[in-house]
Amino acid sequence: MRKVLTTCGYCGTGCNFYLNVEDNEIVGVTPKNDHPISKGKLCVKGWQGHSFVHHKDRLKKPLMRQSDGSFSEVSWETAYSYIGSKLKKIIKEKGSEAVGVLSSARCTNEENYLMVKFARSVLRTNNIDHCARL
Amino acid sequence: MTNSINELEDSEVIFVIGSNTTEQHPIIGMRIMNAVKKKGAKLIVADPRKIPLAEYATVYTPIKPGTNLAFINGILNVIISENLMNQEFIKSSTEGFEELRASIGKYMPEAVTSITGVPEDTIREIARLYAKAKTASIVYAMGITQHVTGTKNVGALANLALLTGQVGREATGVNPLRGQNNVQGACDMGALPDVLPGYQDLDSQAAQEKFAKLWGEGFAWGEGKSLGEMIEGAYNGEMKALFIMAENPMLSDPNLEHVKKALENLELLVVQDIFLSETAKLAHVVLPGASFMEKDGTFTNTERRVQRVRKALVPMAESKADWEILCGLMKTMGYSAEYSSPAEIMEEIRALVPSYGGITYQRLEKEGLQWPCPDINHPGTKFLHKGGFVRGLGRFTVNEYVESTQQPSEEYPFILTTGRIHHHYHTGTMTRRAWALDREHPEGYMEICPQDAKKLGLRQEGMVKVSSEIGEISIKVKITDKITPGVVFIPFHFGEAAVNKLIGQHHDPVVQIPEYKVCAVKLEGVR
Repeated sequence: MRKVLTTCGYCGTGCNFYLNVEDNEIVGVTPKNDHPISKGKLCVKGWQGHSFVHHKDRLKKPLMRQSDGSFSEVSWETAYSYIGSKLKKIIKEKGSEAVGVLSSARCTNEENYLMVKFARSVLRTNNIDHCARL
Repeated sequence: MTNSINELEDSEVIFVIGSNTTEQHPIIGMRIMNAVKKKGAKLIVADPRKIPLAEYATVYTPIKPGTNLAFINGILNVIISENLMNQEFIKSSTEGFEELRASIGKYMPEAVTSITGVPEDTIREIARLYAKAKTASIVYAMGITQHVTGTKNVGALANLALLTGQVGREATGVNPLRGQNNVQGACDMGALPDVLPGYQDLDSQAAQEKFAKLWGEGFAWGEGKSLGEMIEGAYNGEMKALFIMAENPMLSDPNLEHVKKALENLELLVVQDIFLSETAKLAHVVLPGASFMEKDGTFTNTERRVQRVRKALVPMAESKADWEILCGLMKTMGYSAEYSSPAEIMEEIRALVPSYGGITYQRLEKEGLQWPCPDINHPGTKFLHKGGFVRGLGRFTVNEYVESTQQPSEEYPFILTTGRIHHHYHTGTMTRRAWALDREHPEGYMEICPQDAKKLGLRQEGMVKVSSEIGEISIKVKITDKITPGVVFIPFHFGEAAVNKLIGQHHDPVVQIPEYKVCAVKLEGVR
């Protein structure tokens, strides 16, 4: 069994714990006694909030909507190139301000930074926000 | 937070307003309980619901939803009229006191009582307890911010700390508890329409030149639309494409029918998520991202502590870490994004964001660092504004109370306030699929006090139809004496009883935060 130290993905308190991993599966959680905030304690979400990661409904491949309204699985290349060309077309026709991005308080700092860079530098739009107010 | 979580245990007085701390931030709630039980701290709690922390309070007062500002101004009035201010601090460290004093005269306790429902003597007692303490901390959350006066409410709390000098020292401060794991970091990274990463001014030429070196010339440095404005833009056809990463506005935003029409109006909606969320169901393209257990990175907690997130699992099937997806997309669009790891992205962040200047993965390996951490030898910052404010002098603001647009009427006689519960998180995308959590609270409910339930003939576990001006839902009844008469509470996690169908478009004019905490509703039993 591997123990991987990480930061909880729920509220903004920032408790740390070890995820106990066996065969790419979370089999348990061990608190970290000497962490400055959680000090060996966890709330119910810290203890019990991880089984969703193995849920059968997880998205496994990119999906694209078909003309009949249903989704079908596509490759990453197909998804990227469809999004890229569509975004370019909209920006060309309507300008950058017709596109916007919503970043996420669930994602990492590095991902949020990249999203801001993607918006302001690649799409050249000022429309970037996330759910800080919700 | 201006201060740190651990400092709460050393506060003589803790003033909790608009935060159900033991439910939403249980470990911080525990720290507050310890402060009371083990260190004799005095706790003040103001909330429309008798939240668990109220049991530990020296003073608990229910308050009418939407009247925080009159209440806080009432406390300021008592502090000034009883001369409990910290004169020395006001003189040496603040500006704008005379304007504040002039504005606050009319908020006498006798006037504030009829607005807020808080007894006159309770307002006086709270003012005295807070002002006379050697160290006092203010703790608040969205019960303060999700109002049409959200910005003013925060300004009034800052006035309270400035007036009494309860800031810039250990175990004091103005301490908002951030709700989501990395909402602090998302703001720090500039995922906001009006700042660059690190809250740097969009129109600062020095910042523009610095960013242009890494982002290329001609990047967009204007002020953009906020989330609500983007939804509005989609609705009226101005916006044509939205790219949404790990957010679920189809459950979290106000006026859900309106949001649905807006998103359906787009030429391109891309949603990157780990499940087919209510929002993803409307997308043209859905990209499978990875959960925090499946990737490396950092989160910044509510006390500005940047900490490592470590990859414990290989991402599910063909899903990918969100940073890898963004790199892939950038490359497809002909942009260089050759990052080998999140550690390399952090190197770019620290080159651009001064408060993260000293934060490296190597240092974080040992333990987290609290920003500002400007250089590689800096130990991080436990509390802000030590020995003077970052902007120079602390500025008092004038915050006049305005009544909420939502008042009880003959047609809509109850006030609905919304929030969260312990076992679930935001739109429930994760927690409703974590069996041990969902088992505890598998469905939504509406809290109502016994007197009101009796009047309406509502039964425990029976169904009630809740309608507002803009929508209606049916939901289970939960009768509890922990809620003020005339007020009902519904948590927003549950898609099948989505309370945000009822919440209208009213919002704070400065930051556009929706008025989730006050909504006039009608209740009818369902047979």
